[in-house]
Amino acid sequence: MSEDLPAIFRREVGRCTATLIRVLGDVDLAEDAVAEAFAIAAERWPETGVPPNPGAWITTTARNRAIDRLRRESTRTQRHLAAQRLEMPDMEPDDQADLRDLDALVDVVPDDQLRLMFLCCHPALALDAQVALTLRLLGGLETPELARAFLVPETTMAQRIVRAKRKLRDNHAPYRIPRADELPDRLHGVMVAVYLVFTEGHRATSGDELVRTDLSAEAIRLGRVLVELMPDEPEAVGLLALLLLTDARRPARLDADGSLVRLADQDRSRWDRTLISEGHELVRACLRRNQPGPFQIQAAIAAVHADAPNAASTDWSQIVALYDLLHAQRPNPVVAMNRAIAVGELRGAPDGVAELEAIDATQLADYQPYHAARADLLARAGRPADAVASYERALELTTNQAERRFLVDRRAAVTGD
Amino acid sequence: MPQYLMCVWFDDEYDSELDRTSPDVMRTDHQIDVLNEEMAERGIWVFAGGLQPANSATVVRANAGETSMTDGPYAESKEQMGGFWVIEVADLAAAREWAGKAAAACERPIELRPIQG
Repeated sequence: MSEDLPAIFRREVGRCTATLIRVLGDVDLAEDAVAEAFAIAAERWPETGVPPNPGAWITTTARNRAIDRLRRESTRTQRHLAAQRLEMPDMEPDDQADLRDLDALVDVVPDDQLRLMFLCCHPALALDAQVALTLRLLGGLETPELARAFLVPETTMAQRIVRAKRKLRDNHAPYRIPRADELPDRLHGVMVAVYLVFTEGHRATSGDELVRTDLSAEAIRLGRVLVELMPDEPEAVGLLALLLLTDARRPARLDADGSLVRLADQDRSRWDRTLISEGHELVRACLRRNQPGPFQIQAAIAAVHADAPNAASTDWSQIVALYDLLHAQRPNPVVAMNRAIAVGELRGAPDGVAELEAIDATQLADYQPYHAARADLLARAGRPADAVASYERALELTTNQAERRFLVDRRAAVTGD
Repeated sequence: MPQYLMCVWFDDEYDSELDRTSPDVMRTDHQIDVLNEEMAERGIWVFAGGLQPANSATVVRANAGETSMTDGPYAESKEQMGGFWVIEVADLAAAREWAGKAAAACERPIELRPIQG
């Protein structure tokens, strides 16, 4: 086979699952059916070859397996309920044709995957549940993989997913694209979840390795799907641009010891120029649309960094202006913090400290990057004692070993140890 | 006539794993069915419902025109409300009698609260 089965699986699982959920009206049934279909494919395709449209083959096979199962296992009442869920309100309860009519419904509708993304990223779920469900249903990641990726025990991850599905089912969460008035918020929610998948991969929150590549790649894949399915949404383009431009820096983020290298110190010749080029193109496309939004602005900021051949030539005034715009759209302490850091670069550390201290830090009290950034600015502003105190607080909050080593080194540089 | 809320409180584990076919559950379910019939016959039943477990709850807040959602019940506690009745009866004495029947049917404590009005 020219493309291996795991790659085909990753590529098709989201689409197939999404369509089967619509057709069957049941997430677990759909998941099981798709898994069965892939198992059959794994047996047959090595002999028969990969069919010309593997996704359609999987979807059709899954549907057939599900129908067989419904026939075998369901009572008449359950089949009637299933038919009701399948958008066929006129079906008589004992009409066997209801199951055969699944044929008509099983054409893959591009919207299906979008519907599934909105379902997985429902705001009634906690964010970690949204992320887990998205990766499971749209990415096909199995529980052990997810547990490893997020460094929780398998039973914890299994429960997280079971509870999330159950919550959506018990609350009768509708399987549809949100209405126009809900859409901006819901879409933002989806993008936040995808971004969280990426940041978890880009900078692990715990464990020894700073970077987990699979999650970043999966986030970028989902980002591309989102752009493909919502071509009129500039924020989706902005998100993808942000992911690409950030991912471009990955080769330079760790040194030979596996220690964190800050943006300012990175060897920019190691940045991935192809990703930067695509990212820039997407940012330019967003600028032409002139409908700025938070992800587009963050992408533009990343583009300014990517433009600079070295840290010293970074256009900080452009970055401060972009943070002003971002803060106007999404006022929150983290944005204010990042803006203060940029001001520190533009006008000197004391100004940066002043901006930082003007922020109401109650929400940032447990936010590790805040204390790390504050420590750095204080050190550069000639306040070593305060800097050390901030490094201490940052270390208390750091769970990642690579970051821990970095902060310990920075603190030592201040104390002269 | 005054109305009262009667809430059933579960102080044991209650989640979607509840086995509705277990003897205990089937017994109380049946007892509740019988009680509901009696309430309907006596014309005091206004509304009632069994609730899905607390982990199916979502807290919704509105702030300056924006709504936000948080997963889970408002108060995290071991005890949770499993269901409720609204009844309309002449006075507290009557309400206490019905609450007693509800407690016996559910085999769990009932919180009885008057509704304003």
